[in-house]
Amino acid sequence: MRRATSHGRFDYRKSWHKFSRNYVSVVGLGVVLLVAFLAIFASYVTLYPSHAEFYVNFPEAREPPNWAHLFGTDQFGRDVLTRIVFGFRYSLMMAIVVLSLVVAPGVVLGLVAGYYRGGKVDMAIMRTADIFLAVPPLVLALSICSVLTPSVFNAMMAVSLMWWPWYTRLVYSIASSLRNEAFVQAAEIAGASPFHIIFREILPNCLGPILTKMTLDAGWVILIGASLSFVGLGAQPPTPDLGTMVSDGAKLLPEQWWISIFPALTIVLVILGFNLLGDGVRDMFSAETV
Amino acid sequence: MRMSTFVLKRLSYTVFVLFGLSILIFIIARVLPGDPARLALGPRAPDWAVENLRQQLRLNEPLYIQYFYWLRDALSGSLGVSLVTRRDVMVDIQEFLPATVELIVLAALLDMALAIPIGMVAGRRANSWFDNVVRVLSYVGVAVPAFVVAIIFILVFGFMLNIAPSIGRISPNIVAPPTVTGLITIDSLISGNMVAFFDAVAHLILPALALSLGLIAQEARITRSSVVENLNKDYILSTVSHGVPERLLTLKYLLKPSLIPTVSVMGLDMASLIGNAFLVELIFNWPGVSRYGITAMLRKDLNAIVAVVMIAGIIFAIANIAVDLIVAYLDPRIRMIERAA
Amino acid sequence: MAEQLLEVNDLCVNYKVYEGLLRVLNGVSLSVGSKEKVGIIGESGCGKTTTMKAVMRILATNAIVPNGTIAYKGSDLLKLGRQELMRLHRTSMSMIFQDPTAALNPVFKVGEQLKDIVRYSEFTSNAPNRQEVRTKAVELLKSAALPEPERILDSYPFQLSGGMRQRICIAMSLASAKDLLIADEPGTSLDVTIEDQIMRLLKQIVEDRGLSVILISHSIGAVKGFVTKLYVMYAGTMIEEAPTDELFSNPVHPYTQNLLKAVPKLTGGGVPEGIAGRIPSYLTIGDGCRFASRCRSAKESCHVHAPPAFDIGNGHRVACFHYGDI
Repeated sequence: MRRATSHGRFDYRKSWHKFSRNYVSVVGLGVVLLVAFLAIFASYVTLYPSHAEFYVNFPEAREPPNWAHLFGTDQFGRDVLTRIVFGFRYSLMMAIVVLSLVVAPGVVLGLVAGYYRGGKVDMAIMRTADIFLAVPPLVLALSICSVLTPSVFNAMMAVSLMWWPWYTRLVYSIASSLRNEAFVQAAEIAGASPFHIIFREILPNCLGPILTKMTLDAGWVILIGASLSFVGLGAQPPTPDLGTMVSDGAKLLPEQWWISIFPALTIVLVILGFNLLGDGVRDMFSAETV
Repeated sequence: MRMSTFVLKRLSYTVFVLFGLSILIFIIARVLPGDPARLALGPRAPDWAVENLRQQLRLNEPLYIQYFYWLRDALSGSLGVSLVTRRDVMVDIQEFLPATVELIVLAALLDMALAIPIGMVAGRRANSWFDNVVRVLSYVGVAVPAFVVAIIFILVFGFMLNIAPSIGRISPNIVAPPTVTGLITIDSLISGNMVAFFDAVAHLILPALALSLGLIAQEARITRSSVVENLNKDYILSTVSHGVPERLLTLKYLLKPSLIPTVSVMGLDMASLIGNAFLVELIFNWPGVSRYGITAMLRKDLNAIVAVVMIAGIIFAIANIAVDLIVAYLDPRIRMIERAA
Repeated sequence: MAEQLLEVNDLCVNYKVYEGLLRVLNGVSLSVGSKEKVGIIGESGCGKTTTMKAVMRILATNAIVPNGTIAYKGSDLLKLGRQELMRLHRTSMSMIFQDPTAALNPVFKVGEQLKDIVRYSEFTSNAPNRQEVRTKAVELLKSAALPEPERILDSYPFQLSGGMRQRICIAMSLASAKDLLIADEPGTSLDVTIEDQIMRLLKQIVEDRGLSVILISHSIGAVKGFVTKLYVMYAGTMIEEAPTDELFSNPVHPYTQNLLKAVPKLTGGGVPEGIAGRIPSYLTIGDGCRFASRCRSAKESCHVHAPPAFDIGNGHRVACFHYGDI
């Protein structure tokens, strides 16, 4: 899938064809779009928008799923379905913020390290990345969050702080292997500046894997966010976060199972959606096969 | 390159990285919280007590001095005092580590024992009902986080079906074997106490399965697609054309190359395993070092947090080296590349 | 006609792919007699390897054989049970693959692979001891003209040169080829000088052991000095068949005529000297003559009906309606 140059118009129809060849990718796209839609229009779409944050109504608490409350109510009487939909906001926000902060610096570092492969720059960047990656991501996220005041914002910052090396590594491996290909050397001989080579020659060849990874990462970032709030180090009550809902509900198992199971299943659905979508994105960038 | 040189190189690099990690986590634990002493004593403690603690923890000194003292203490076996247990963190770790090691090792074993055969069979019988079921299940399985699996397990097994016990490492009415390694399973085998052994395994099985289910799903899928791809490779067709019996073909000539992508991904999967252990131990109330770590993180027990992160890093590093060794054993070309590098 | 060792009759092979069905082989027929040397020439992608893989019954998992028979020593290979087939593989027929690097398992030592083949081919009944197997393996490597056979047994394929790998593949085939040897473009991926050595080795082996051979080749020169009967394939069809000399002196099919006029080395995508067009896509191919789209003498009927093989005497057959006019 390496091309000497990717100049030329992006063929939308062909890309869509490649993407939609596997219908599950379209399903993934549908799920993601649905989640986004629900998150944006949560106030208008849900039946009990006031239940989202602080709300107490003990007579209606702990109701099993019924027609008025499709996913039942929690221990405070709040509609679970409504809270899940509002919870999407925090999940998506996490994904968007973290990826926005992380991708650009991570990619640039990887490009630079790959281009100056073997030199001191390479060593400095990649060794640092290796140090961040020496400990499982969830552990690092938990530890950073633990020394800060628990909040959604701090959780996002913590995850951003430790997520960048993945992109650096990904881009580094592509960039360093392309570094010695003919088209790069041709550009060097022609007098192109390193800036040009890195961003106009090498980067376009990384776009496919980067975009694929970003799509899949959205799911994983949401998962880490949910894990952090599950433990209590992320979103704090009464914020409707999927992770906090699962952990609150876990205390009430098994009698009021719906309070934790529905948010848990929703997490699975969101991750699955991004996984399917990510596969489609990968197909979109793959080379033609007969 | 000889194996020994390879291992030595990796080990020295690992030590370097772990040093870097210790610096990183040290900075995180000292710089980010603002005032660790205030954090430890709480907002209502008097200023003089806070200042006392600051002196004690050498917080007024430059960062590198602090690190030096920490490192010196760590290498002589002391990791600072835990705010929660009031003991040296090293003692806490020694108490809780075996439970986590048991859990992680069993999860990894389950992972390999299930993912590889399932993947191989699915690949050999591509497009059969078995294969289709495996493909769908594995797709979904990857998306289910370990803590969700854990919760569902507790719900289903613990309450609905009342099968495997959910609390602790062994049932209260069983006599624990004398401690040799701290690993109840091994200790009970050493002392011949089979009742305790099976009881311990029964307690281990649910959390280990919760940890490994997602990994099994992913690795079965990778093995399956690797097998399907290799089945049409010339070297397999050639072996068939020479009349080598099917069992030998599958279990030797197909298995080895198909394992390579799977084992390669196991390194990263170990990261998931270790990370998820923190949540799963919490849910199952498993008395391991991860649960200890979570408690430390919630109570801002800085010394313990630093120690637990280092432990996680060390376990992960060991797992990675093991994975790399296995891959190098499986694929001789890797050894050549190492030499050329 | 004397009883043939191998007789392929009207073989059709399709491959099932995501886009649909690749109808590759379209009624291929060929025959090889005892101790007879037969050659197949044709462009890349014309189905030569597929035919041979069908004979060896090692087609890819997505292959379908809707039609045809492959008679070997009397029995139809396509209907043969696993045990019988395995017996034939071990003792009677074998194939040398086109790319020796791809044909050797990269994660096992050469000795390991060779010894396993030897164990089941040479010592079919009793369990041999390790020394016997190793001795036999060394012997096989020597008969493929490999120096230092002991060292080679302990090496991995990637540690050896392309020429050596080709000879190892030949050695492996010798273990199980008592009657029929199929050689798929041996030496194609190697230097010309090495290729020449390989061809000479093959020639000598075939002579010494009295084997029947099917030689697939690009190189008309190599084929000329080796085989007694030649088949020409195009787009999954046998378009011409004749004794070697007859074919060279009197090519009848328009494709063969152009082929022989051109530079001897064929590469995919068309013959340099002017046959316009390319091999049609197997996905969308029609029922007519498969060469019709590129044939200067094609008539309307050619695009609709596929020509059968016409016998024009002298052991010469052509799949073209207009063989008389050309």
